[in-house]
Amino acid sequence: MNEAPTNPLALIAELTHRCPLHCVYCSNPLELQSRSDELSTEIWSRVFREAAALGVLQADFTGGEPLARPDIVNLVRAARAAGLYVNLITSGLPLDDTKLAALVEAGLDHIQLSFQGAREETANEISGAKSHAQKLRVLEWLKQYRVALTLNFVIHRRNLNQLAEMAALAESSSATRIEFAHVQYYGWAFANRENLLPTRAQLDQSIAIIKREQERLEGKIRVEYVVPDYYAKYPKPCMGGWGRKLMLITPSGEALPCHAANVIPALSFENVRDRSLREIWDHSAAFQKFRSEDWMQEPCKTCDRRELDFGGCRCQALLLAGDATATDPVCSLAPQRPKVDAILAAVNLAPVSEGTGPTPPAADPLTRPVWLYRPNPA
Amino acid sequence: MPPELSSRPRLAPGCRLGENNQQRVLLMPERALRLNGPSLEIVDRCDGQHTVEQIIADLQKIYSKAAPQKVEQDILGYLALLQKERALDFDL
Repeated sequence: MNEAPTNPLALIAELTHRCPLHCVYCSNPLELQSRSDELSTEIWSRVFREAAALGVLQADFTGGEPLARPDIVNLVRAARAAGLYVNLITSGLPLDDTKLAALVEAGLDHIQLSFQGAREETANEISGAKSHAQKLRVLEWLKQYRVALTLNFVIHRRNLNQLAEMAALAESSSATRIEFAHVQYYGWAFANRENLLPTRAQLDQSIAIIKREQERLEGKIRVEYVVPDYYAKYPKPCMGGWGRKLMLITPSGEALPCHAANVIPALSFENVRDRSLREIWDHSAAFQKFRSEDWMQEPCKTCDRRELDFGGCRCQALLLAGDATATDPVCSLAPQRPKVDAILAAVNLAPVSEGTGPTPPAADPLTRPVWLYRPNPA
Repeated sequence: MPPELSSRPRLAPGCRLGENNQQRVLLMPERALRLNGPSLEIVDRCDGQHTVEQIIADLQKIYSKAAPQKVEQDILGYLALLQKERALDFDL
């Protein structure tokens, strides 16, 4: 298992950190990169060609809001011309019908449109912007185009009571896929965790509803879901294993093995301005760091599951155990699991005033959580 | 539910053939499916022109050493799988 995987399968292209939304669980790092540091159209185009030559199949255009890049249509065309399958992960805010037509004409394969809820009030509160109504307009425009559509719902204790409405929204659109993604706790979500983490009862109820919708929509819409790590028995094989399947390029060109890798101290990242993707994949110290099993401690080191989950998530180990080489503390076998259990106990003992029933109580300024909103970089 | 014999499957939006390391793949949102021999023959014919019945007849000719019944079952099973993946639309 120690040899370098021959090539990544997906390139996550964080085109910019600028975004019209301020979501309280944004997966961007707390230190956002500014517009003046962003890669040029030419460099991105070279990166797409190098990725395709390396064996990458898919490019995920994300951000921030990738549509904030004025050259987005040219970037789609360049990635497609290089031979990549092009996914656009977007809020839909800076979109109009003309832009959509140009993107599809340029070869866009798939749009993943994010929703922060099924109800306007919740969605606008979570995104910190008047965003929901525009997303509904985008859904209408999309019906005219032959492009795949996924609706992505990031779910948490404030909107778990809207799952059936979310599925109905997807059903009334041209979507062939729904993602119900429970928030994972990194970056901004880590900062807002106590207001987002669901109770065990909410989680169980949500999984039952999602499974029911999955069955009901079979053949029409594929329904996928991700459970929160904190409630899992074993950790996820984060990113399919460190440096095994994915490469992420930040707006300024750093090549990272995952979204949150820059929280790990003493890791330094190569930049695509200086190195080819092949050189980075094969030789970057950051990609090598947790690729083998040499770094593992007990219980991972001798665990039968080490080739299934690779010890879990390194960034989560750092955030919760203070040590990037520790067993992911969400693992039931981890020495640091009691830390996760204490976090869950606090959530499960506290009364939940919102998001449990079919109709939430009217918003009360006194019980409304104090959110740390993600700002916009310069 | 098995697909209707008279329906004409075609790749759903966002699903198309691609190639990786000399391996044909079916590209779709967030995933890719390897295609070999019979699966490639089937997907190649999911063009909105061939009916399910015609795809079966074609493959029974190509794989004439296999029992025709078995070929039919395998094709229906594979089309049902692609339908579940949401990779196909069926024109009537």
